[in-house]
Amino acid sequence: MTSTVRREGTQAGVRRPAPRPGLRDRLSRWDVKASPYLYVAPFFVVFGIVGLFPLLYTAYVSLFHWDAGDDNPDFIGLDNFKELFADAQFWHSLENTVSIFLLSSVPQLIIAVLLAALLSTRLRGATGWRVGILLPYAASLVALGIIFANLFGPKYGLVNGLLQTIGLSPVDWQANRFASHVAIAIMVNWRWTGYNALIVLAAMQAIPKELHEAALIDGAGTVRRFRHVTLPLLKPTLIFVTITSTIGGLQIFTEPKLFDAMPGSNNGGSTHQFQTVTLYLYQTAFENFDLGYASAIAWVLFLIIVLIAGLNYLLTGRIARTPKRRGA
Amino acid sequence: MTTFRKGLALTLGITMTALAVAACGGGGGSSSSSDIPAAAGPDEHVELTLATFTEFGYEALIPEYERLHPNIKITHRKTGQGGPYAQDMMTKLAAGAGLADVQAVEEGHLSDILSKSSKFYDLTQIGPADASPDRWLSWKYDAGKDKNGKLIGYGTDIGPDAMCYRKDLLQQAGLPTDDASVKTMFATWDSYFAAGAQYAQRTGGKAWFDSAAQNFNAMVNQLPVGYLDKDDKLTVESNQGIKDAWAKVTDAVGKGESAKLTAFSNEWNSGFRQSAFATKVCPAWMLGVVKEQAGPENAGKWAVTDAFPGGGGNWGGSYLTVPTQSKHPREAAALAAWLTAPEQQLKAFQAKGTFPSQVKALESPELLNQTDAYFGGAKIGELFVAQAKKVAKPQYKGPNDGQIQENVTAPALQAVEQGKSPADGWQQLVDGAKKLAR
Repeated sequence: MTSTVRREGTQAGVRRPAPRPGLRDRLSRWDVKASPYLYVAPFFVVFGIVGLFPLLYTAYVSLFHWDAGDDNPDFIGLDNFKELFADAQFWHSLENTVSIFLLSSVPQLIIAVLLAALLSTRLRGATGWRVGILLPYAASLVALGIIFANLFGPKYGLVNGLLQTIGLSPVDWQANRFASHVAIAIMVNWRWTGYNALIVLAAMQAIPKELHEAALIDGAGTVRRFRHVTLPLLKPTLIFVTITSTIGGLQIFTEPKLFDAMPGSNNGGSTHQFQTVTLYLYQTAFENFDLGYASAIAWVLFLIIVLIAGLNYLLTGRIARTPKRRGA
Repeated sequence: MTTFRKGLALTLGITMTALAVAACGGGGGSSSSSDIPAAAGPDEHVELTLATFTEFGYEALIPEYERLHPNIKITHRKTGQGGPYAQDMMTKLAAGAGLADVQAVEEGHLSDILSKSSKFYDLTQIGPADASPDRWLSWKYDAGKDKNGKLIGYGTDIGPDAMCYRKDLLQQAGLPTDDASVKTMFATWDSYFAAGAQYAQRTGGKAWFDSAAQNFNAMVNQLPVGYLDKDDKLTVESNQGIKDAWAKVTDAVGKGESAKLTAFSNEWNSGFRQSAFATKVCPAWMLGVVKEQAGPENAGKWAVTDAFPGGGGNWGGSYLTVPTQSKHPREAAALAAWLTAPEQQLKAFQAKGTFPSQVKALESPELLNQTDAYFGGAKIGELFVAQAKKVAKPQYKGPNDGQIQENVTAPALQAVEQGKSPADGWQQLVDGAKKLAR
């Protein structure tokens, strides 16, 4: 470090007074100074237009009582946020979101890992099975929503028909809050489990065979090898899958929207039993055209996601460190 | 690090400029009568767009209009469902661009448009002289005006209310099905719900009507004042008519008269085939829905009567408007006036069954002689004309009226059908309406 300083110093000492820079020099100096900015500019410009601008503009709109099409929206400061924090429907929708998210993500990941374990054993027609579990993911989400809403119809739905044939009483999947969450979670799981299973399967197959062989020689059974060899090595993949399903889970929108018996409704059931935050946001903005309030919801949702992402980051760091500590 | 900071500063700079531009651009867009673009000359080529949803029956009319006006070319934008169409329209209205020259508006969404009437032309100023008020049924014409009397839309079709019922089911329950008895049974809401209680009792709990919300909507539409008064103040808590309607409907639900099927849901559609209910509020356009959902196997079992509880009522129908976004408002208004003229309304009725709203069309023999074999050969033309004439005055619909009906009232009644107490359901309605009306 010191030598560099000295060398620079000596260079500075012998430098002659510079002649007047020509156009070429000036251009090349400009080139050196400006080019890097130009090279990175496309990202910043695109991000500014599609990322930062909407974000900031939403914050700006959230300070107004802004009815869509209003010529002169009223500036009301933070009133939208004050109202939002006292809004029972918002908290209700947040509870619904978290509940549906937990009911879908937890079983989904467990089943995905088990499915992946099953698929990594020697099966006849392995590719066929793998394609098979990915099929639900390839189907149209809207079509699925409509089909599932029919299956879970309270009166003429197939699920209740089956329940009744085996002697159980039918469930009003629309009216009961928990039942509606379960029905929606089943919809989500049906679509995403196979997708996650394939990711986990890929990670499973990347585990060196030697480890399993070594464990086998040590006398470990299938279950033991799964718990003590496969699972720890899957950790990074599991973290990835957890984070992606968290992001998806907090944004859940289409399934509850299509589950509502009333066509096109954004109510999430007669008493908002299954209205999620994004559905409430959408209703406020594009059905009631209360853009200011909707912007406030959007910002609070954004902060909640940032918070959960932060928690994820901390948690990930902790989980990622454990194997190292054990190794040391 | 400095590069990053400079980049950030640059981005912020761009964003702030964009913000400022957007903030400045927010205003404007209003119009006064002085700046209506002049009509195009007879040789000038004019392109018009027309936006409609579901079926208006205009397919054959558009080429005809183009033949009559060689300098005009019309692009017809058709959308499937009314709900998404209205959302799209409101977004384009807010954005200040993208609306068609002639934009159709459904009755249920008309209140949202009327409260933003500055974004539409006054059709009495730009429309042709022959589109005079006496063309229309007065209540249909008046409902197209805003609070200050500015005419925003020309009326297209209407939905006069009648009652559909299953003759065979009534017979099985031992209820009378001759004309005179049916008329007394459906004379008032009280007699209607009393008959329903009897029906439910005699059939061991079979439902009388499809859903509480369908009846409640019809009852509220009959009131002189709806959810909002002329000052756009919410009336729900003080409006005795709404309270009475609520009490009657929820009482009927308590007696097991409702099939608890949300209108237009898949379960509702199945309900028609399963004969899940015996009667149904039937605006003119509902006959087509009944036919389609109940299917040919139930042909002849359904009947329709002009005895509607509490007199007449209107449910549905649309208007054609000319937004200020239009560059050729005079030509657009002329097209809208032509499409809603009596002759064209009759052609649209023949094509898609949209019931006319113009006095001359309603007097035409081809409409009056219209019968429907599915409903036992009922003279539906004559019947709905009679019902249309029973509608007294248009009820003033304030902003968010449609949303209160669809997003607050219907779910509250559904909640009662799902087991909530009528008192709690009422509270849900009041709270929800207050939230929307703020």
